[in-house]
Amino acid sequence: MTLVERWRRGSRLAMNENSPWGGSGGSDGGGRGGGNSGGGNGPRNPWSRPSGEEPPGRDPRGPSAVEELIRRARTIFGDGLPGGPDGRTIWVYVALGVAAIWLATTCVHRIGPQERGIVTFFGSFSRTLTPGIGLTLPEPLESVKVIDVEEIRVVDIGSTGDAEKLVLTGDQNIIDLAYSVRWNVKNSELYAFQIADPDKTIAEVAESAMRAVIATVTLNEALGAGRTGIEENVRARMQEILDGYRAGVSVQGVAIKQADPPDAVNDAFKEVSAAQQTAQTYLNEARAYAQQLNSKAQGEAAAFDKVYVQYKLAPEVTRRRMYYETMEQVLSGIDKTIVEANGVTPYLPLSEVNRRPQPARPEVEAQP
Amino acid sequence: MNAFIPRNAIMLAIVAIVLLILIGSTFSIVPETKQGVVVRFGEPVYIVNAYKPNETFGNTGAGLYGRIPFTDQMVWIDKRIQSVEMERQQVLSTDQLRLQVDAFARYRITDPLRMYIAAGSEERVSDALKPILGSSLRNELGKRPFASLLSPERGEVMQNIETSLNRVARQYGAQVIDVRIKKADLPDGTPLQSAFERMRTARDQEARTIRAEGAKQAQLIRADADASAAKVYAAAYGQDPKFYDFYRAMQAYSTTFSPNARGQTSVILSADNDFLREFKGGR
Repeated sequence: MTLVERWRRGSRLAMNENSPWGGSGGSDGGGRGGGNSGGGNGPRNPWSRPSGEEPPGRDPRGPSAVEELIRRARTIFGDGLPGGPDGRTIWVYVALGVAAIWLATTCVHRIGPQERGIVTFFGSFSRTLTPGIGLTLPEPLESVKVIDVEEIRVVDIGSTGDAEKLVLTGDQNIIDLAYSVRWNVKNSELYAFQIADPDKTIAEVAESAMRAVIATVTLNEALGAGRTGIEENVRARMQEILDGYRAGVSVQGVAIKQADPPDAVNDAFKEVSAAQQTAQTYLNEARAYAQQLNSKAQGEAAAFDKVYVQYKLAPEVTRRRMYYETMEQVLSGIDKTIVEANGVTPYLPLSEVNRRPQPARPEVEAQP
Repeated sequence: MNAFIPRNAIMLAIVAIVLLILIGSTFSIVPETKQGVVVRFGEPVYIVNAYKPNETFGNTGAGLYGRIPFTDQMVWIDKRIQSVEMERQQVLSTDQLRLQVDAFARYRITDPLRMYIAAGSEERVSDALKPILGSSLRNELGKRPFASLLSPERGEVMQNIETSLNRVARQYGAQVIDVRIKKADLPDGTPLQSAFERMRTARDQEARTIRAEGAKQAQLIRADADASAAKVYAAAYGQDPKFYDFYRAMQAYSTTFSPNARGQTSVILSADNDFLREFKGGR
């Protein structure tokens, strides 16, 4: 039987027996510890007895638990305690020990660099502990509440996974809004004593301020360009309201994470941007046409100018030359039929014409 | 001697417990966040740590208080600012638009004695304020068109509600600090859907306008281009219209009758044709 097992057995027994000392925590442990170490492994110590040798009196159904307890207490305390046979001494030690622990835990407070400690003397605010080690009177007299003043806390409001947060804008449209508020404690006393539920208050104030601000802007502002202004407005408004409550809170910033049209109308909004693209396409096409046309006109005009300059130098010759060159070019590549006799009805070799594969273009008589 | 110890310990424990109960019912620690009404046989006798405006913490009435045990009871009342929330309500504006409104009010109990007499407990104050908040909100909003809720006028609405709520709150020893509308939404179902429909059609209109505007701009650009091209042509060709006629005709022939033009071309020429003038031999 190891020592641990013995300890376990002991505590289980004590519980079974509803020991009146069981409730007084530390003293119970201390008393038993002292008894055990003092008794050593002497044969009279009941704890060291092997389990097989347990007398029938140890059976829970045996003599009454109280009697058993008294008997055991007598055995323990009567057996070689360091302070002699007087059992009271141990209680004094235990009490002193508990008091020392009590004082150590409730008088000395370690306040981190980002924290402040609110000290209340019988409930009345007495002072604020600054970072470092702070000393106070023990617990029932003075108590300390530590508040983190530097930590930026974030409240998220709006669609993060769950349902949409629909907000009405000034032009009676609806947007789906998600935003977060960053805040920290400005004045730890006010924060501790002034508001019943600071976190909920901040969330509610944020929502109210955001809706009030959104209600003054148009949909387009809320969706795009106006965001920075909205964020700043909400922050200022929140700060104003919270200062009105004397909440001791400083709103560091409001960030709109998402400002979208609601899902139900999102397609229509996409349609608008599609229309913008289409309009841009129209413009691009028109500009391309304009460029093309301009260049063509300029080119043709310039060509004409150049030819005309030459033409003016020798009009008749140039004219004839151009005529012949053109006719030559035109007539060289195509079928020609020449009807010479003046008084003869011309015979058109229609079969010749028709021989050509369809569709044939109608014959044209070339005239200068 | 040994038998005496446990009996003594039990006695001590009993004495200690009795003492604790006695101390507990004689002294009360009043924290900064609470005010207390001391009630003797059901009758309020005095108030500790009552709210005073603009007091600094540390100089308030908080601290250790003694009272007569068992006859005096301490009724705790929160000193901090508390919130009362109105459940979602439908409000009808003057232009017959339905709105779902969430609102909250912040209040503080400034007269604990009055609150204790009139309401008994804090919950009952908040229970009493809740319906009043709802009804004054409905009254106030019912006097206004929907659009005024979405405007700076909103502040005035809130002021009025606060005033009328304060009138009731004062009877319970409470003071309303702030009333705010949290949400003012269109109710689900038809109103919301029709609002969406309106937004959708508005967007549709915008899309069409943008497209039409784009088409118009494009048309203008084309027309401008046509005009400026015409101007360039006119400036060039206007120098000699007759030559232009000839020049352009030559170009047209070579394009029209070129072997690359579509279709086949057959030409029947009269011998009188100018092109064949020399064909007849020097006449």
